[in-house]
Amino acid sequence: MASLITCPHCGTRPKEEFSVRGAVIARPSASEKDEAWHRYVYVRDNPKGRYQEYWHHAAGCRRWLVVNRDNLTHEVFGVTDAQASREGSR
Amino acid sequence: MRYSALSIIKQALSGNRRWTPAWREPEPKPHYDVIIVGGGGHGLATAYYLAKEFGITNVAVIEKGYIGSGNVGRNTTIIRSNYLLEGNNPFYEMSLKLWEGLERDFNYNAMVSQRGVLNLFHSDGQRDEYARRGNAMRLHGVDADLLDREQVRRLAPYLNFDHGRFPVMGGLLQKRGGTVRHDAVAWGYARGADARGVDIIQHCEVTGIRRGPGGEVEGVETTKGFIGCNRLALAAAGNTTTVGRMADLALPIETHVLQAFVSEGLKPVIDNVITYGAGHFYISQSDKGGLVFGANIDYYSSYAQRGNLATVEETMQEGVSLIPGLSRAKALRAWGGVMDMSMDGSPIIDRTPIDNLYLNAGWCYGGFKATPASGFCFAHLIAKNETHHVSRFMRLDRFERGYVLDEGGKGPQPNMH
Amino acid sequence: MSAYRLDAGGLVNRANPLTFTFDGKSYTGFDGDTLASALIANDQMLMGRSFKYHRPRGPVTSGSAEPNALMTIGSGARSEPNVRATVAELYNGLTAVSQNRWPSLAFDLGAVNGLLSPFLGAGFYYKTFMWPAMLWEKLYEPLIRRAAGLGKLTMEADPDRYEKAWAHCDLLVVGSGPAGLMAALSAARAGARVLIADESARFGGSLLSENVVIGGQAASDYAAGLVEELASFPNVTMMPRTTVFGWYDDMVFGAVERVQKHVETPSPDLPVECVWRIVAKRAILASGAEERPLVFGGNDRPGVMTANAARTYLNRYGVAAGSKVAVFTNGGSGYRTAGDLSARGVEVTAIIDARATSTDPAPYGVRVIHGGAVVATRGRNRIDALVAERAGFEEEIACDALAMAGGWSPIVHLMCQRGAKPVWSDAAQAFLAPDVGSGFVAAGSAGCADSIAACLRDGASKAAAFSTELGFAAYAANIPEVEGEYDPDFAPLWYVPGAKDKAFVDFQNDVHVSDLGLAQREGFRHIEHTKRYTTSGMATDQGKLGNVATIGIVAAMRGVSPAEIGTTTFRPFYTPVSMGALAGTSRAEHAAPVRTSPLYGWAKKNGATFVESGLWYRSSWFARDGEKTWRDSVDREVRNVRENAGLCDVSTLGKIEIFGTGAAEFLNRVYSNAFLKLPVGKARYGLMLREDGMVFDDGTTSRLSENHYVMTTTTTYATEVMAHLEFASQTFWPHLDVRFVSSSDQWAQMSLAGPKARIILARIVEDDISDAAMPFLGAKVVTLKGGLKARLFRISFSGELAYELAVPAGYGEAVADAIMQAGREDGICAYGVEALNVLRIEKGFVTHAELEGRTTPDDLGYGKMMAMTKPDFIGKRLSTRFGLTAADRLQLVGLKPVETDKEFMAGAHLLKDGAAATLAGDQGFVSSACYSPTLGHTIGLGLLKSGRERIGEKITVWDGLRGTEVAAEVCLPVFVDPQNTKQHL
Repeated sequence: MASLITCPHCGTRPKEEFSVRGAVIARPSASEKDEAWHRYVYVRDNPKGRYQEYWHHAAGCRRWLVVNRDNLTHEVFGVTDAQASREGSR
Repeated sequence: MRYSALSIIKQALSGNRRWTPAWREPEPKPHYDVIIVGGGGHGLATAYYLAKEFGITNVAVIEKGYIGSGNVGRNTTIIRSNYLLEGNNPFYEMSLKLWEGLERDFNYNAMVSQRGVLNLFHSDGQRDEYARRGNAMRLHGVDADLLDREQVRRLAPYLNFDHGRFPVMGGLLQKRGGTVRHDAVAWGYARGADARGVDIIQHCEVTGIRRGPGGEVEGVETTKGFIGCNRLALAAAGNTTTVGRMADLALPIETHVLQAFVSEGLKPVIDNVITYGAGHFYISQSDKGGLVFGANIDYYSSYAQRGNLATVEETMQEGVSLIPGLSRAKALRAWGGVMDMSMDGSPIIDRTPIDNLYLNAGWCYGGFKATPASGFCFAHLIAKNETHHVSRFMRLDRFERGYVLDEGGKGPQPNMH
Repeated sequence: MSAYRLDAGGLVNRANPLTFTFDGKSYTGFDGDTLASALIANDQMLMGRSFKYHRPRGPVTSGSAEPNALMTIGSGARSEPNVRATVAELYNGLTAVSQNRWPSLAFDLGAVNGLLSPFLGAGFYYKTFMWPAMLWEKLYEPLIRRAAGLGKLTMEADPDRYEKAWAHCDLLVVGSGPAGLMAALSAARAGARVLIADESARFGGSLLSENVVIGGQAASDYAAGLVEELASFPNVTMMPRTTVFGWYDDMVFGAVERVQKHVETPSPDLPVECVWRIVAKRAILASGAEERPLVFGGNDRPGVMTANAARTYLNRYGVAAGSKVAVFTNGGSGYRTAGDLSARGVEVTAIIDARATSTDPAPYGVRVIHGGAVVATRGRNRIDALVAERAGFEEEIACDALAMAGGWSPIVHLMCQRGAKPVWSDAAQAFLAPDVGSGFVAAGSAGCADSIAACLRDGASKAAAFSTELGFAAYAANIPEVEGEYDPDFAPLWYVPGAKDKAFVDFQNDVHVSDLGLAQREGFRHIEHTKRYTTSGMATDQGKLGNVATIGIVAAMRGVSPAEIGTTTFRPFYTPVSMGALAGTSRAEHAAPVRTSPLYGWAKKNGATFVESGLWYRSSWFARDGEKTWRDSVDREVRNVRENAGLCDVSTLGKIEIFGTGAAEFLNRVYSNAFLKLPVGKARYGLMLREDGMVFDDGTTSRLSENHYVMTTTTTYATEVMAHLEFASQTFWPHLDVRFVSSSDQWAQMSLAGPKARIILARIVEDDISDAAMPFLGAKVVTLKGGLKARLFRISFSGELAYELAVPAGYGEAVADAIMQAGREDGICAYGVEALNVLRIEKGFVTHAELEGRTTPDDLGYGKMMAMTKPDFIGKRLSTRFGLTAADRLQLVGLKPVETDKEFMAGAHLLKDGAAATLAGDQGFVSSACYSPTLGHTIGLGLLKSGRERIGEKITVWDGLRGTEVAAEVCLPVFVDPQNTKQHL
């Protein structure tokens, strides 16, 4: 990772084409408690190891991607489209 | 042993055989009043001030590697107090004042060099922002000067005035800002703390935090066995989450890698610390002659002390664009530090919801300059169980309360700060 | 030509002599020489001065690990400091100058430091220079800085070009010695795409230095044959003069190719250097091994070099390191050097072998001192004798060069750049390459193969394994017999005790054995502490030569294995890389792309002065004859807009087309205010928040048809808003049917503002644009006279009757011309962003000067735009936190000077009238300020604590930075037409 990312739509592309937003966390529904919203916006699990991160193929297909990676070794286990990944998890 | 020119001469005459260790290598005692996790700049400074200012000497600093192996030994060595917000500026100014007296205070020459920090601006809007910041500094009695283009040219004639993509319109200068020999900060604090009785325990990794029946902290499990304490203080930048998780702390922190660079040794050409406002590039030249510079983080979460080539190239592009004469200088070494990026770009010095557990974290990539004040305020908090007034905004619960300290106005995205 | 250049032999082209200068003196060398080999040939062994003690130094290596022979090459803007003479290719006209010496290389006053060395031990500077405090910066530090550095950077702009490129291959081979060449060839024959890189101009590596016979050929001829065959493969890319400097994630390697560093005047048609990013499926590290210097007293005197270097100068360059060469060795390499020298008629005065016995063959007639050691050397700027010691007896032996052989260290740097640590081997007495997974392996002597034959076999077999993995038919290589190899074994000898002079481990930084001892005594025992305290390994060679010795010596001092000490961290760059090469073409004017509006040409011909705004160049003002300052122009433009009309280019605003049946609902969720019921044909101002409740961006969004909207964003945040919408759509609400297209570059958009705007516009628009047909906030597609379809929005950023007209970008200039033409009789003028800014401040409209990332809608007086009855919108939930609703928040106010001739500027702070200037008493700041030509005095917008309650209060506008203090009155943030009558005309 971090040198090359394999976009599910565009193939293997250099890192510079992407921008990184951060941890994949589900946005709470409007009915959830303040605590859930606080955690969503401000608290990060930040594990050492496997991490899911939102990357945007900004200079490519403009899709938001979920990059499943190891933040210690920088190994990438998989890259999926964020929308597909969200719909798949329902 | 007190260091001085005289001690050097005396030792030299006896063949330099009688120098003694700068710090002991003690085995841990079963119990301490205070255990500090993390033998970096902040942890060692905390121990030093606990002993020196607050008389608490039954203290251990526990470090999983060697002392100074974290960010205090891998940064771009800049010190400054050119902050805007009331929650930040007085804190960093306290730090700068401590830097100014530090060497005589801890009897170690950390080469505090007030060469001036010049933040360049490249548009009217940026000038206005810098003016606002400079005025905030002036209001707190901090030195600040707003330079126009010609004044900048006199100070740094090598900048790209004529062929830059973004014009150099002026700069905000803090003359008292500068650089410090980074390793020496860790060593000076360690030596000073050790001399006052603090046990510095290297190569000892914390593996767990033991809690009592009321949930209060009782001590730490380590690779050298259990060590008890009355108060446990975390100063483990880059690994804050890992250690915090042992006590179920939920933290507003994500870990990122920041690269920095040094060139081959060159005769001095850059006198000040210069920062590029049209990008994010900062550079100074060390007393040894190396150009020390850096730019942005790599943007992805990382615990690896290394980054990637794209960021390297971006850094060089900004450097050469700002200072064309750097083109034929050669980059010698690149390194990476892992840092706690907090959700508002500001640190946390606070108690935690857990009894006896204190937190010093979230320094993003501005922790080095803060080392003295961070140590002082953290020691104050631990010793008196009371927040030092200059760090009173650096609370853990500020996010829930809506009192974030967002110096850059970037919002809750850690890699933006 | 000199005593040191042999009459024959070597791979230099004696038919092509080259002239060069060193320190102003002219010399001759040959094509194929390095600068160092040519200087040695010319009896110029002294090539540099060390950093700390300014000791005279000559080359200790013949390659890229060189710490001593550093010079500045070239002149003027092309001068380049710290070039290693040992790798710099000689060219005709090369000029080299020595460094870090004064007044001259041969006589350097700085050498006095050597006399003071007892006081200048490791870390001495941490212990002194502290009193009195002021003297550090006034005296001590300037002195230290004067001594800092090696070469000098001219700081002139670089006249040369640099480029970057990508390369892709199945197999990358780093290094072109026996292992590398054979690996490349094997993979090439198997059909793999191979890229082979070597830092040298000539492929062959150690085959060019070693005097062996391979398959009946001289090693260099054999290498040439392999190179020729490699070159015949279309699937092979050969990259000489290319250093692979870094190994990054995903098998991406960074490499720098020195395209034109070996010519006097580079062609402008080529870059001088090119940085390559090489993407490799597999890689083989065939970078060879580095011979270790021995650590003994006086081991730094010019003429003392590694045995391998002496052999390379001899066999590759036809240069003898001396006329009387002594050898100090702990293994076979020293004997091989002695043998090669002797065979070429160079006198070998003695071989001092640290081992008690050995079976290595000494040349006929050369004396071997077994169990001996060199304990001192003599000579000023070049060695003239050494002192050998055996069994307590010392003997002085004359020599003018000393070849030392201290064993071998595999060059494993690249493989250790991503966290893996090299592994100590007791058997090999070396740190070996770590296992870094299956894609990248070391081969040949980098992988600890101990003979040329073994290197050839190793390269072939590792390449074959990779070829098979990648699906190519493995090719069984034919490995010829190698005759005349020597035994490379050596006995460990970390340092020679009892040195009378300093015994150096890091030559450039002058770190010697006692420094390492001092570091241990003082507790800097971890190898990283030892390194950082003594600076061993921190010079320009990054410890290539000395680190293993440092580790070995520390281990010996502590009585442990080097394995226990471990190594310091290997990091890029393998060898230093010019910043210019890494920057490539992105520099100076080309540092970032330039964006110009479709109306750039229009603005230019109307006399615009442009200003950078992010990547854009925007028209800032339009000066007319007689106007002396920008203010004159801006004042006129503002007045003219308020009295007649003006045309401004607003094409840089972000424009996003939004389609879909879910678009209304989507907008309702991304804006804080209500958007569900926006009718077709209407525009609405919207506030977009971050999830933390702070304003993110603002702009208008217009509903052009039932399921088609067009959103405008600020210029600054166009990119971010687009990404934000995509994120919200794709991850929050993927079920909403909504699609986005950025159309910022597709439309030329212009604002026509002023009381006469409608009259003028009517002259070019077919449609009815009367107030009834096109009321305030109307938005529709209209037809211009001539038939062009355009988008017309009745929105105002000035408070005047105003329209924004958007036409396809290519028509922009023609339409703007037509409007100017149509408005001439009504006094239309072009106005720029400066006037735009004044107009909006007069009207109290906010920009990112106010939306500075810490402001809520309520802070700006837009509390009503928080449609809290909506079930959800981005930023809603955290907007009610205590800190965001506190009464003492900064709120938007207007500011006007009490005395109207007084001025203030944005960036000033606000203090209570009469209050002391302290940060604690800080009440806020001026976010925007300008001279209002409409009112005739300065006005400002500010963010003030509890500002809305303080209208009418007298306040101090404090600008200590610029030395002004102005009394001002807090007022409503609107200075012109507070009833909004003009925009509704």
